[in-house]
Amino acid sequence: MSEETKNEVHLTKGDLVNTWWRSTFLQAAWNYERMQNVGWAFSMIPGIRRLYKTKEDRASALKRHLEFFNTHPYVASPILGVQLAMEEQRANGAEINDEAINGVKVGMMGPLAGVGDPIFWGTMRPVLGAFAAGMAQSGSVMGPIIFFVVWNLIRMLFLWYSQQLGYREGTNITQDLAGGAMQKITTGASILGMFIMGVLVPRWTTMNFPMVMSKVKVQDGAAADIPGLAKAINGGDVSASKIADVVGQIQGGQSLTAYKVTTLQDTLDQLLPGLAPLLLMFIVLWLLRKRVSAITIIFGLFFVGILAYAFGIMA
Amino acid sequence: MISAFFVVLFAFLAGMDGILDQFQFHQPLVAATLIGLANGHLTEGIILGGTLQMLALGWMNIGAAVAPDAALASAVSAYLVTGPAQVSVDTGMAIAIPLAVAGQVLTIGVRTLTVALAHIADKQAEKGSLRGVETVHWTALSLQGLRIAIPVIIVMAVGAGPVNDALNAIPDVITKGLAVAGGFIVVVGYAMVINMMATAELWPFFFLGFALSAVSELNLIAMGMIGLVLALIYLQLSPRFNGGSGNSGSGKGGSGNGDPIDTILNNY
Repeated sequence: MSEETKNEVHLTKGDLVNTWWRSTFLQAAWNYERMQNVGWAFSMIPGIRRLYKTKEDRASALKRHLEFFNTHPYVASPILGVQLAMEEQRANGAEINDEAINGVKVGMMGPLAGVGDPIFWGTMRPVLGAFAAGMAQSGSVMGPIIFFVVWNLIRMLFLWYSQQLGYREGTNITQDLAGGAMQKITTGASILGMFIMGVLVPRWTTMNFPMVMSKVKVQDGAAADIPGLAKAINGGDVSASKIADVVGQIQGGQSLTAYKVTTLQDTLDQLLPGLAPLLLMFIVLWLLRKRVSAITIIFGLFFVGILAYAFGIMA
Repeated sequence: MISAFFVVLFAFLAGMDGILDQFQFHQPLVAATLIGLANGHLTEGIILGGTLQMLALGWMNIGAAVAPDAALASAVSAYLVTGPAQVSVDTGMAIAIPLAVAGQVLTIGVRTLTVALAHIADKQAEKGSLRGVETVHWTALSLQGLRIAIPVIIVMAVGAGPVNDALNAIPDVITKGLAVAGGFIVVVGYAMVINMMATAELWPFFFLGFALSAVSELNLIAMGMIGLVLALIYLQLSPRFNGGSGNSGSGKGGSGNGDPIDTILNNY
């Protein structure tokens, strides 16, 4: 043992940076058999190259890192850190067998995917994306720029620091995962995400129902005397007092037309603005839970849109 | 010619990021903006990108499930809107949907093809060849890039004339109807996100957001602040994260309040 400690091999900062960069391409060779396995081995290669020098050692290291692996692509970084730490100990003589390495990998990928999916895909991208898309729809180039820069900044920092955390903590990190911290972050992010979804549903969904529900003749004297004003203007004998009169009537809340038209939209808005989008969202949610695919729903909604337009219900 | 080169390049990037999901080159906001830039119609590209982004808000690959493909939808649609065909943004959005399905089928094909590549990687691993595994890795990534670049090249080769003829053949009621649907189709994206996250614990926050948004004029930044504050307050008050459940029992961090997040942060 004593001669082995003299020849200890350690990963350099450069190896860690290299792994961090390579982890960006984790999913490149995603396949239905072992999913992220090739990208995983690809990310481990700087470590393997540093720690193992013989062909046999490298072959066995590559093989154990080509096993099945799949998680959220960003939270693979802390697992990479842990595995680098384990491989480093193994290369320096620690008793860490293939099963231990694989066990840690498989043990971490499930819970971490459960954290990464709601935080990054469920909260961060919809919130940032919706915010930036709102700007972009008015033609502002700041929309895409903010989206791209902010996203990548957060992503790259997360990949680096979580990999470092994994490397430093080694297998201890599995205890942290079981603790409340992860759950706390996930819950906090999900609260923000759900709240923003609630905000977006009525705000950025356009549903306009101009279909006329009722057309009632307004009582005599309840409509502003706009026809009278028009006649006066055309006749050339319009006076200041006449205009003030009509404006006063309008300000007094009198109807602008002789008929009071109520559209479906007015009725819905009286109940609650944004009611129609809310109901539609729940219908879609219900369909999704019935395992109807999103694409089928989208096609269905396009069909509904065409019908509603054809019959004059929506515009 | 130069603009065609950049359109294909950006399509290739979108294809690669469609599988990587890292830089977000495949997201409509980025892809459509870049392709609009290459075609010299930046503003149209941005507006299309923003419109499609709302649609694609909930398209995410979770586990082994493959979502509708934003990459092909945004690349081809952006080329039609900002390129020589000069299709309207509304039409661009309508054709993005079948394209997203086509892209989904294509990525499933490539993901199946890479099973063979993974076996080649095994062979290289037997030989202890680090370089061999790396080559397999990059080959697979290029396939995903070509998955988007090749369809874009095909649309370019067909040219603006036939594309416009085909689109003009569509009756008015369909295009107007699609535009109407485009206004509310975004709820599918919201519903997908909600479907993933919703628990009984979280529904109240959704309705709070809805009520505030429906009847107030607060802008999104203010809403974001309210949401963040709600989350922080909830975490502070919820007995689940706060009670004396003693999960700080080991107390190795010595952070006093036993907050595991503090322990992790202090270890930095």
